[in-house]
Amino acid sequence: MIIKKPADIKSDEITPESVYIDRRKFIGTSAIGLTAAALGSRGSKLLAQDDRQDDELTSFESITTHNNFYEFGTGKGDPSRNAHTLRPRPWTVTVEGAVENPGEYDLDDLLRPHTVQERIYRMRCVEAWSMVIPWQGVPLGDVIARLGPTANANYVEFVTLLDPIQMPGQRRRVIDWPYIEGLRMDEATHPLTILATGLYDRDLLNQNGAPLRLVIPWKYGFKGIKSIVAIRFVERQPINSWKALAPNEYGFFANVNPEVNHPRWSQARERRIGKFRKIRTLPFNGYGDEVAHMYAGMDPRTLY
Amino acid sequence: MKPISMKVIKPLVFALALVPAVKLAFDALTGGLGADPIEETTHRTGAWTLYILITSLAVTPLRRVTGWNQLIKLRRTIGLFALFYATLHFLTYLVLDLFFYLPEVLEDVFLRPYITVGFTAFVILIVLGATSNARMIKKLGGKRWNSLHRLVYLAGALGVFHFLWLVKADTRRPEILGVTLAALLGTRLFKGRARPVTKFST
Repeated sequence: MIIKKPADIKSDEITPESVYIDRRKFIGTSAIGLTAAALGSRGSKLLAQDDRQDDELTSFESITTHNNFYEFGTGKGDPSRNAHTLRPRPWTVTVEGAVENPGEYDLDDLLRPHTVQERIYRMRCVEAWSMVIPWQGVPLGDVIARLGPTANANYVEFVTLLDPIQMPGQRRRVIDWPYIEGLRMDEATHPLTILATGLYDRDLLNQNGAPLRLVIPWKYGFKGIKSIVAIRFVERQPINSWKALAPNEYGFFANVNPEVNHPRWSQARERRIGKFRKIRTLPFNGYGDEVAHMYAGMDPRTLY
Repeated sequence: MKPISMKVIKPLVFALALVPAVKLAFDALTGGLGADPIEETTHRTGAWTLYILITSLAVTPLRRVTGWNQLIKLRRTIGLFALFYATLHFLTYLVLDLFFYLPEVLEDVFLRPYITVGFTAFVILIVLGATSNARMIKKLGGKRWNSLHRLVYLAGALGVFHFLWLVKADTRRPEILGVTLAALLGTRLFKGRARPVTKFST
């Protein structure tokens, strides 16, 4: 986990000089890479030299204007332009299924017993770009513990608001609305998994999934379902929206994995928003020490 | 048509075709390309390649409908602008996106179908651009030159697939482009067959 404070953000996010220096380094790296490729596996270690820089926070501006939230349009800039129609309060979350305390919870009541924490996480989109985001939220595991899942609750399913008036993007059936996501119970209760309510010490903006969204830092961004209106405890693995749309391209687990390419593009590297050069993508987005044990014995190739 | 009109129209077309490039440069300098300027540049130059390529294919049908034969003089200019934006698109990918990282370039061009078809379309446009002057028409002979330049439809179709295969879910724009391209090709095929009978030629 990254433990940088917002105060550490440098204002010179775009530094022409360093970009210039990086370029020259990069020409060298490429040359090494080609040589390495020729040398075979011993050389590939050389190629994989650490090109990752510090996980500097992505700017608030970028985090709030570069969004995949198809409920407000399929362009990256659409959500920040269109999401003003969403009314994040009052907000009701329906809890149902295999759980001791089902019901319709007012969001504030649902969250009141929990202390909001800050978590600075890397966010890796399946489209090979990434950000570093300072979230505020509560561990999902704490919320789940209070709701009391029963023995049949093997998975948790989440549902986004369905309302074409508040979410104009839903007027076109790009996805079979409403958006659905799911986690296995051990993933949902993992201490890294949070229900986020804010970022950069502000309430979530609508385009970031106000008022409540999921953040699972070792998974591709699309697992982080936004504007959640229902949490269901279910016995069988939910069918998440992207898997339903293209099962050969998007799976249920969707763990960040540089070894398994998207059928149409490479997942080996990513562009950190605000930076020029691409960087290596890390297995489990760099959270392997914390989460890899949950997938022991499973074929990593099925975890895309 | 009076010759004067083409003298006005040609520079006008030239200027119009440069508008997206000027807008791009302006946005790049003023931070108007959003949080991921490289992706935005890639998408814009790619889209304009297709828009302009399809516009160039509309010249001949438009000439036939209007009977304004001078229009043909615009076709090469417009076609070369498609090549211009395709070149910007490719350079954005090669220089800004991958920064000459050859392993990934080669992997993309040979293993990723949407890039393979896009790259093929680009190669076709280069060949057509290189043979677009009067000297090459003479050298190849009109008939062979015509056959060669029919490849422009293939380039257009590959370009549309390149676009279609890269989007995740919202396929509306590539679909519109595909239908437009098919319609333009249709007018050519229809005209080709109908010519001996109707003689509504220009």
